[in-house]
Amino acid sequence: MGIEVVVEGLTKSFGEQSIWRDVTLTLPAGEVSVMLGPSGTGKTVFLKSLIGLLKPEKGRVLINGVDMVNSPERDIYETRKLFGLMFQDGALFGSMSLFDNIAFPLREHTRKKESEIRRIVMERIEVVGLLGAEGKLPGEISGGMRKRAGLARALVLDPQIILCDEPDSGLDPVRTAYLSQLLIDLNAQIDATMLIVTHNLDIAATVPDNMGMLFRRELVTFGPREVLLTSEEPVVAQFLDGRREGPIGMSEEKDAATLAAEAGAAGTAPPRPRRIVPQLEPSPGLPPRRAVARRRERVMSMIEQLPPAARSALREADARNAGAPTLPMPAAGSGA
Amino acid sequence: MITGALRQTGRLFALAAEVSRAIFRRPFQFREFVEQFWFVAGVTILPAALVSIPFGAVIALQVGSLTQQLGAQSFTGGASVLAVVQQASPLIVALLIAGAGGSAICADLGSRKIREELDAMEVMGVSPVQRLVVPRVLATMGVAVLLNGLVSVVGTLGGYFFNVILQDGTPGAYLSSFSALAQPADLYISELKALVFGFIAGIVAAYRGLNPRGGPKGVGDAVNQSVVITFLLLFFVNMVMTALYLQIVPPKGG
Ligand SMILES: Nc1ncnc2c1ncn2[C@@H]1O[C@H](COP(=O)(O)OP(=O)(O)OP(=O)(O)O)[C@@H](O)[C@H]1O
Ligand SMILES: [Mg+2]
Repeated sequence: MGIEVVVEGLTKSFGEQSIWRDVTLTLPAGEVSVMLGPSGTGKTVFLKSLIGLLKPEKGRVLINGVDMVNSPERDIYETRKLFGLMFQDGALFGSMSLFDNIAFPLREHTRKKESEIRRIVMERIEVVGLLGAEGKLPGEISGGMRKRAGLARALVLDPQIILCDEPDSGLDPVRTAYLSQLLIDLNAQIDATMLIVTHNLDIAATVPDNMGMLFRRELVTFGPREVLLTSEEPVVAQFLDGRREGPIGMSEEKDAATLAAEAGAAGTAPPRPRRIVPQLEPSPGLPPRRAVARRRERVMSMIEQLPPAARSALREADARNAGAPTLPMPAAGSGA
Repeated sequence: MITGALRQTGRLFALAAEVSRAIFRRPFQFREFVEQFWFVAGVTILPAALVSIPFGAVIALQVGSLTQQLGAQSFTGGASVLAVVQQASPLIVALLIAGAGGSAICADLGSRKIREELDAMEVMGVSPVQRLVVPRVLATMGVAVLLNGLVSVVGTLGGYFFNVILQDGTPGAYLSSFSALAQPADLYISELKALVFGFIAGIVAAYRGLNPRGGPKGVGDAVNQSVVITFLLLFFVNMVMTALYLQIVPPKGG
């Protein structure tokens, strides 16, 4: 089962520039979470802080009792073996072929025989659709292929916590759909805790159990997907609708004057009500996601504190799931 | 400014300590070590051999001319060999290891750093210091010692050639003065110097490579600085080691 990641009061700045302050959230064990946020709000910095590559000035990141910010370096190294991180730019080793890149964690951390390694690596290469390219160097493949290879490398040790930095950037819509399904299937298979950073609205709408959003140096919200998807919060609503009207501007955020002018401008269409699309189901033949039951229990216990819109969305989803309790549903969108 | 310099120095020493500890940590990266040793040796051996012949010759000529004026020609051989083995050779080695080997190491690590390869390695629970820096530092140390032996021999032969053939010295005088003045400790200190120089060159190159500022331009600057810093450090350390050696080890001829 995946491991819970508890973030408490995390604050990070680079010199004068404050990136975010006092971020507190819990990634529930085994569930899939998505972190949204306009470009440059420190999503990558957040992922790197979770894994201890960057050291926030304040706060803690607790994983199995190890604080990834302040614990001794040795404990942090041990704990990192639980992680798989897919970097925004792939971060493949330029001097090694794709095969060697993906085999690297196996060769470093296991005593498997070369034939065994070959089997596992080729399996992963097939999953991410890179068969035939395994002998190439990272410099000889496209950006999207590099990302997929980076994902394969992150997955090769069956990590219990998977962090993906914009898995969709550089991928076409079809590949992105496959990738969404892949992430859900993966979660069904190894029940890992996952955090995906993305701008992609399709991924945000169909993949996660929980969603959060970083904006203006803060965590705006973090909670069950239904809460964000029904949120009236201007930043969240603007982002999810992909509109220009709202607090998010081209350069991070708009100033008060522009906002006022926008508010005064007549004819700003009222936001259309968003439809909540059902979450992806694992592909037929795979076991059901164990996180679903855990999450239902968790969410139902806090349902009274949620806003009304989120409550009804949750009840609706619950009723739908209860309709077909054990049969593997012909999942919406799983053909993608 | 001063605190900045002190902080850098502190970090450099911290890296040196970390590397020294990681040298003994298993698993040892044997393949990486062999590859790096081969690489550093490859880029330094030929230039070292080519530099050491004229260098040996210059010293032999200079010492020869001085001893002639003092009426001590018979000591030319021993004196020039000592100068070559103890001073010229470790310094030639230092220049080449830092200039050819260290700069390549620094550029390599620096570009890996900005491509996030080192971060990726750390994330996978593999320490870049143990995996990459230790084999490189050991390689520069090993090659320095090897190269020092090579330069000493080639320099001495060059000196012999110029002294005996061009300055009409006699082979017998050359050899007897050599055995009168030189002792094994001279060779030991020479190799010890080379070992220390190799260590310093490796550490400085790794330190600057691991901490480039900004993008590719930063890597270029880092390489440049690593060579300059290494030179400064090596000449200083050479002075200290020479002074200590002359104090501690009694000269044979006296
Ligand atoms: N090593 C660093 N040194 C100084 N500033 C940094 C560093 N890394 C990131 N930053 C700053 O932190 C801010 C957030 O960067 P980050 O890469 O986390 O954004 P992001 O949310 O991932 O954006 P995107 O969606 O475009 O990837 C940026 O303003 C960037 O300039
Ligand atoms: Mg980013």
